[in-house]
Amino acid sequence: MSAPNIQTEARLWLAQRVSAMVLAVCIAVHLGTIVYAVRGGLSAAEIIGRVAGSEAWFAFYSVFVIAVTVHAPIGLRAILNEMTKLPKTRVDLLCFLAAVLLAYLGLKVAWRFYMLGGA
Amino acid sequence: MSGDTLTVSVWRGDGDVGRYQEFEVPRQESQTVLDVVTYIQRHIDPTLSYRFACRVGVCGSCAMTVNGKPRWTCRTHVSKVAGDGRLEVAPLRNLQVIKDLSVDMTDFFDKWARAEGRFQGAQTRDDDFAQVSPDSPKRRRASAGIECIGCGVCYASCDVVAWNQDYLGPAALNRAWTLVNDVRDIADKQRLKAVAGDAGCHACHSQQGCVERCVKHLNPTQSIAGLKRATALAALKGELE
Ligand code: SF4
Ligand code: SF4
Ligand code: FES
Repeated sequence: MSAPNIQTEARLWLAQRVSAMVLAVCIAVHLGTIVYAVRGGLSAAEIIGRVAGSEAWFAFYSVFVIAVTVHAPIGLRAILNEMTKLPKTRVDLLCFLAAVLLAYLGLKVAWRFYMLGGA
Repeated sequence: MSGDTLTVSVWRGDGDVGRYQEFEVPRQESQTVLDVVTYIQRHIDPTLSYRFACRVGVCGSCAMTVNGKPRWTCRTHVSKVAGDGRLEVAPLRNLQVIKDLSVDMTDFFDKWARAEGRFQGAQTRDDDFAQVSPDSPKRRRASAGIECIGCGVCYASCDVVAWNQDYLGPAALNRAWTLVNDVRDIADKQRLKAVAGDAGCHACHSQQGCVERCVKHLNPTQSIAGLKRATALAALKGELE
């Protein structure tokens, strides 16, 4: 086994904890808004009416996506290293690709919603 | 209930090969699992190997798997674990079996050494005593973990130890945490390096199997969480390089 870089491991752990805190807030706001909005019946038009063109919602969902991008691949990396025999460098590459994919898809959605506001 | 005798299945064998052998042992009041094993060895089969020393919960040498769970046998009453009159005694999990019920503790204690579990002070016998207030947060944290008797029960109950043979385990990490909180110790930098990473505190799943089983009611999971915080802080400062 190649010697793992201890410092990087500890920093990744910290990054995952901090992103978890951000996620906790984001998920609460996200779910809270859904529960609140759904009381009057929920339609696609209503969601777009609220989120589209709003800088605040765009910023919020961008932060949400970035937190997911940091959080999920680190967890995935731990699981793959523990449960599979894949070489560690391969796992790192896979998880990096997962991060790129999450960021790309998530930010694309946030941006599209923002642009629906006809800005 | 149990009646006058107890049916005991005892693991017999060397290394990985072996089988359970049944013995009938007279039931006695306040009988411990260690009493049962001792009875078998003294009265039925003197070739049975097992380990014990103090018989009163101090030395940490008598741990075995009792009805599927790791326990200190000298402090485990038969009445508590064998309600239906059956007892199954096996060696501790996660350690190499030497013979019958005795396991090789080398890995377990080598990991204490790897976790820098040795106190390293800077003072000599000519210096005055260090003054450590019992109320200081560090002393309290050290006290919370200090009563470990090195029995290996937590180590045998940890699944991460089972699948990651490099993992230092709950007892060694708990020991390291008590030293991190010892204000007289000067080896924290190298100790934090030794306990970080996926053979150390970062491998722990925090599911507290060790806490559930620790014979001294310690909380190794909490100690490991402390090490995670301490190593994160050190990593931020770039001290783990
Ligand atoms: S909490 Fe950590 S050390 Fe304790 S049993 Fe679980 S993985 Fe092992
Ligand atoms: S932490 Fe508890 S269970 Fe583990 S070796 Fe120490 S006393 Fe035994
Ligand atoms: S014999 Fe010493 S702790 Fe059980």
